[in-house]
Amino acid sequence: MKILVIAEQRQGKWNNSSFETLAAAQQIASASSATVSAAVIGKGVAALASELATKNVAEVLLVEHDLLDAYTPDGYCAALKQVVDSAKPDLVLFPHTYQVRDFAPKLAAMLGKGMVGDCVGFRSEGGKLVFVRQMFQGKTAADVTFTGAAPWFVSFQSGAFRADQLAAHPSGKAPVNVVNVNAADIRTKPLELFKEAKSAVDLTQATLIVAIGRGIKAPENIAQAEAVAKAMGAELAASRPICDEGWLPMERQIGSSGQTVAPKLYLALGISGAIQHVVGMKGARTIVAVNKDQNAPIFEIADYGIVADIFEVMPALTEALEKAKS
Amino acid sequence: MNILVCIKQVPAKDAPLAIAGNWIRESDIGFEMNEPDSYALEEALRLKEKHGGEVVALSLGPERVKQTIKEALAKGADRGIHIADDNFAQLDPLGTAKVIAATIAKEKVDLVLTGLQSDDHGFGQTGVLLAALLNLPHATLIMQIDVQDAKLKLKRELEAGWFQWIECPLPAVLTIQSGINKVRYATLKGIMAAKKKEIAALTRESLGVTVEPTQKIEKIYVPTKTKKTEFLTGTPKEAAAKLVEKLKFEARVI
Repeated sequence: MKILVIAEQRQGKWNNSSFETLAAAQQIASASSATVSAAVIGKGVAALASELATKNVAEVLLVEHDLLDAYTPDGYCAALKQVVDSAKPDLVLFPHTYQVRDFAPKLAAMLGKGMVGDCVGFRSEGGKLVFVRQMFQGKTAADVTFTGAAPWFVSFQSGAFRADQLAAHPSGKAPVNVVNVNAADIRTKPLELFKEAKSAVDLTQATLIVAIGRGIKAPENIAQAEAVAKAMGAELAASRPICDEGWLPMERQIGSSGQTVAPKLYLALGISGAIQHVVGMKGARTIVAVNKDQNAPIFEIADYGIVADIFEVMPALTEALEKAKS
Repeated sequence: MNILVCIKQVPAKDAPLAIAGNWIRESDIGFEMNEPDSYALEEALRLKEKHGGEVVALSLGPERVKQTIKEALAKGADRGIHIADDNFAQLDPLGTAKVIAATIAKEKVDLVLTGLQSDDHGFGQTGVLLAALLNLPHATLIMQIDVQDAKLKLKRELEAGWFQWIECPLPAVLTIQSGINKVRYATLKGIMAAKKKEIAALTRESLGVTVEPTQKIEKIYVPTKTKKTEFLTGTPKEAAAKLVEKLKFEARVI
């Protein structure tokens, strides 16, 4: 079996989840005696291809074209279709980034194939690969298999595999082979990249974080969570729905579209633990969850849990924290 | 501008899920409009208010999804399309998109909107696949839509606080990021008006679409825990006191 990893870069900088996906590819390869190749796509990315070649891969495919300078779904799909047609991989792996969500299902469809997206793991069962992904906002896991002929398209969730487990190339360097692609009709026009006004809070630097989710129910209840944060000396953060509602500014959002944090302590109040939130905080050293639903997925990653109404726990916790200080 | 919005009906957020093979037991639980799709619907209604045209609400699923179409009509959509399918949960993303694309191909549509993903399957592929199948340009995770001389200027969300402006010709398919707008509630007047609005009924068979699945959900299950959670019990006061002890002397994080 042949595995091809599509690594992601933007403006010459890696998206680090590319290396997690490459680590996943190496693990699948050793479980199913496959070879791993990696492709980098863009313009002026030869140095990145050379860096990829130091990892344990059979070859690196360098795909360059003027039209691939800035990402467009049309350009990437046209180029990668030509790469897949010529390299003939059985399994094409992507990191599950926003960019991949934007084009990979289309690429698969152009080849008449399906994609299993946002996977968190895999198993090899009697020669058949089973991919594990989450459903129902992380409340259930699902085992998914491909039913049709290869190539199969899979993306892995950020953090599902560890980049530090990536094996280096045994003899120094894999060959870098250039794949020439033809121009495509690009319909969308990418303009400038920007960040909104620089945020005043940098939650990535916070050592203690108290975060609220839908369980807070109304903006007037946020003061109770603020009191817990104050008693602890923690920063206040939130899951996306709270920021969507405008109850806290977007800069306080933790998750795939917000900030990714790894504090010493993460206290989740009334947060169910949907995937998009969990990817932003699962690196915390100690995770505490308070939720009235004992089946909330947040408890899957919590070190300590309290199954109770947050409105009863928050004042009690503020009091206990104040008492511990004195 | 004629806009078609794809809306899914999903189990209510607080519904207790009973797993049954590779889907859930649907009896005894409530269903609601997929939240990301409610933002797409709202955006469609706002575009119509600004630029005219009509809003069509499309949903695929069993009889129960008509309720969600009616909700969209009550909020202001002009008509509905129900693709009746009791077996929708067994469709893979490509199959679902093929059925919907066949329906859209019969419509005169300038813009197709979807939410970014569904809260049940969570594939997050339907919008992109519709664009591929209908051969339309697309953009995902959209946070702002400006219509300028028959083309769109879009604010697309990237990761970690980054955004990008992109231009896109019409017709197009967009997937809408949650939080793009404030979703309206249906008014009593809207609910009354909805009763007179048409919901066209279609089926996979009437559309002449056959789908060959590319993937299969073998089973769903409660995920295995990656950490051993120590649950602190007692009254809220007792649990809070225990937690502070643990954080101070065991985890040593405060």
